[in-house]
This record gives sequence, C-alpha cells and structure tokens, in this order.
Amino acid sequence: MTTLNELYQEIILDHYRHPRGRGELEPPKSRRRGSTLPARRNHLRSACAGWRIQEIRFRGRGCSISQASASMLTEAVQGKTVEQARALIQQVLALVKGETEGDIEALGDIAALAGVRYFPVRVKCATLGWHTLDEALKHAQ
Amino acid sequence: VWRITDDGRLDLADLDRLLTERTRLVAVSHVSNVLGTVNPVDEICQRAHAAGALCLVDAAQSVAHMPLDVQAIDCDFLAFSGHKAYGPTGIGVLYAKRAWLETMPPYHVGGGMVQTVRWERLVWAEPPAKFEAGTPPIGEAIGLHAALDFIDGIGRDTIEQHEHKLTQYALRRLQEVPDLRLYGPLPDRAGIFAFTLGEIHPHDIATVLDTHEVAIRSGLHCAHPLGERLGGATARASLAIYNDTHHIDALIDALHAVRRLFGLART
Repeated sequence: MTTLNELYQEIILDHYRHPRGRGELEPPKSRRRGSTLPARRNHLRSACAGWRIQEIRFRGRGCSISQASASMLTEAVQGKTVEQARALIQQVLALVKGETEGDIEALGDIAALAGVRYFPVRVKCATLGWHTLDEALKHAQ
Repeated sequence: VWRITDDGRLDLADLDRLLTERTRLVAVSHVSNVLGTVNPVDEICQRAHAAGALCLVDAAQSVAHMPLDVQAIDCDFLAFSGHKAYGPTGIGVLYAKRAWLETMPPYHVGGGMVQTVRWERLVWAEPPAKFEAGTPPIGEAIGLHAALDFIDGIGRDTIEQHEHKLTQYALRRLQEVPDLRLYGPLPDRAGIFAFTLGEIHPHDIATVLDTHEVAIRSGLHCAHPLGERLGGATARASLAIYNDTHHIDALIDALHAVRRLFGLART
C-alpha cells in the first residue's frame, strides 16, 4: 500500500462523505470552536452529565482528514467518561504523529488515521477535533 | 480594503470611493498572489498622488517575473522579499524615494546608523544606513545580491516571455480538466493559478499532488478577505523561470489522479 492510499483509506473517505455526529445540540452544555488556519474550522458541542459525555456533535467545514477525524471522534467518545476521553485524545495524538507502538486495532475506525504520520503537514488536520475536545473538557467540569 | 470585480481585477472605480482627503497611503500589490492579476500600478500611483496620498507597491510577486522600473511606476515605496526572488529567507528590499528616506525618522535604533553623536546632538547617517540599525544579515544580503544577479543575467524580458508562453499553455490545459474552476482574469495574468476541483478540499488536492511530485500551495494564501470573496480555500499552482511545459503536464496528470481518488472519475 502506498503512503497515499494509507492516508486516504476507504474508512476515512467514508467518514468524510457520510459524517457521523454532525449536527447541533440544543442547548449545548459546552461549545468550543477550534480553528487551525488556514481553512479548517470545527465546532464541537457536547453535553456532559457529571463526568460522562452524554451527547456530542460537531459542525465543521474542511478537508477530508479533519472532517473524517471529527466524525470518528463523536462516535468514539460518546458515553465515555471525561478521563477515558482524555486518555483517548492522547492515544490519537500519538497515533497521527507516528509515536504509537504496538497494537492499534483496539482503536477501531480511528486506527485508519495512522496514515497521517507520513504527512506531517496534515497532522493538524487530523488533530483539530481532538484538540478542540480537549479544550472543551477543561471547561466542562 | 479594496474590492475586486467578478473577473478578479481590482475595481478601479472602487478606488474613487476609497481615496478621500484622509487617505495617507495607498498600498497595492503589483501582482495578486492568489489571482495572478497584474495591477496597473502606474495608474494607481498617479491617482493616489492626485488625491494627495503616497503609494506603496508590493512587488513580491513581480520582482522575479517581469521588468520592474520604480521610476516608470512613480511609486513612493516598493517592497519585495528575497525568497520570492530565488534568494534567501529573512531578507527583503524596501525602496523609497530619496525625499522620503531623508525626511523619515528611523523606526528602530542600533549600531551603524549615526554620523555624529555628541552630548548635545545626534546626526543620523545618510540613508539607507540610518534605517539599517545593528548588525545586518550579511550572509542573506550576499545571497540576495547573487539571486538578483541571476535574474538580471537571464533578463526580466526573457523571463516574462518564457512565463507568458507557459501561462497560456497552463491556462489551456487547466481548463481541460473536468470540474476544475479557475479563479482570476483571463487570459492576461501572471503565472499564478488559483483553482478548486469539484468539492475536493484544497488541502487534499495538495497532498495528492505532492505525492506526484507537484508542489502547490493550498488554503487562504494569507489573503483571508479575498478567500471569503472566492467562497473559501483554493489550491494554487505557480510558475517560475525553471518551469517548462512538461511540469504543467505533470500537474494535469496529477489532477486527474486527484479526481480518481475522490471519485470524480472512474478508476
């Protein structure tokens, strides 16, 4: 598999074309806007009950990597505790920078983001949603 | 902020709205870094002067691509960066008419910018030294000199002719690509081509092109209001003296690969 095919895996393109978790939460308990210039924006809305993420949605416009990653994020952290979500964020950040060792199968769809490691300029696309969630969690307690 | 027309030219009629008795300085690009539009800077300077304003021309996109005559343009200031002229980063040139160089005070201070310093008075060095405070970037200046000699050695007329021919070829080939939308004026423009391809995000286009050894830029090109006017991010290819038709062919082939990958064409 070439590095390009590894980046644009079918799972990524599928999340890009059919994003999960896109939409609004009214009223959102937490609202964060993340932007890595140029030309990518993501809005995350989440409702936390105590220490658990009950519902999460994103609204965004951007490249396939940023949108697919946000779509995967909403699926992955739904129902997770804040601590679990934080741990996952760290795993994803390591994954896209190629700093993960060992088995990544447990990450499910997210494992497809591993191809980003060959394209350093796209790391910020892949991490935008995750950084935004990290910020949101700081304010959600 | 100056408006543009739908075909990507500066709206010269809009200049009348902008130029008031409060206008001190008109700053304008010689060539748009997004649209490739070559602006009539001599006419713009004339109109700025008629309104009592000064005129600064940003020549970053023209200095390495076409003849450049500050006296013919009659600009008060002209700036360009070294790295857009095959030179080093971190250095550039700011030209100013001698009258302004003599009357403007230094904007920062350091070594090498004084003629006389006494307890009771200070005399600045002659321009340009009075603006060049401290230890200059010596290596960069030598590198920029060599780069400008390189351009002069080929000749700006020769470069312009070569790039003009290539530009016409590129415009023709780009317009053959299905779903490709080209921005900026046709056919008279510099060798800069901003485009979008269907709904494919420009960052995705750039990554795929990169793996086909075609280097372009994607995003808003440090011109966010213009990006907004164009409807978002664009991909941008540009030409230089070392390019030839086979580079354009490589770009076109790579664009077809982008279309296949993102399902705009059958594989």
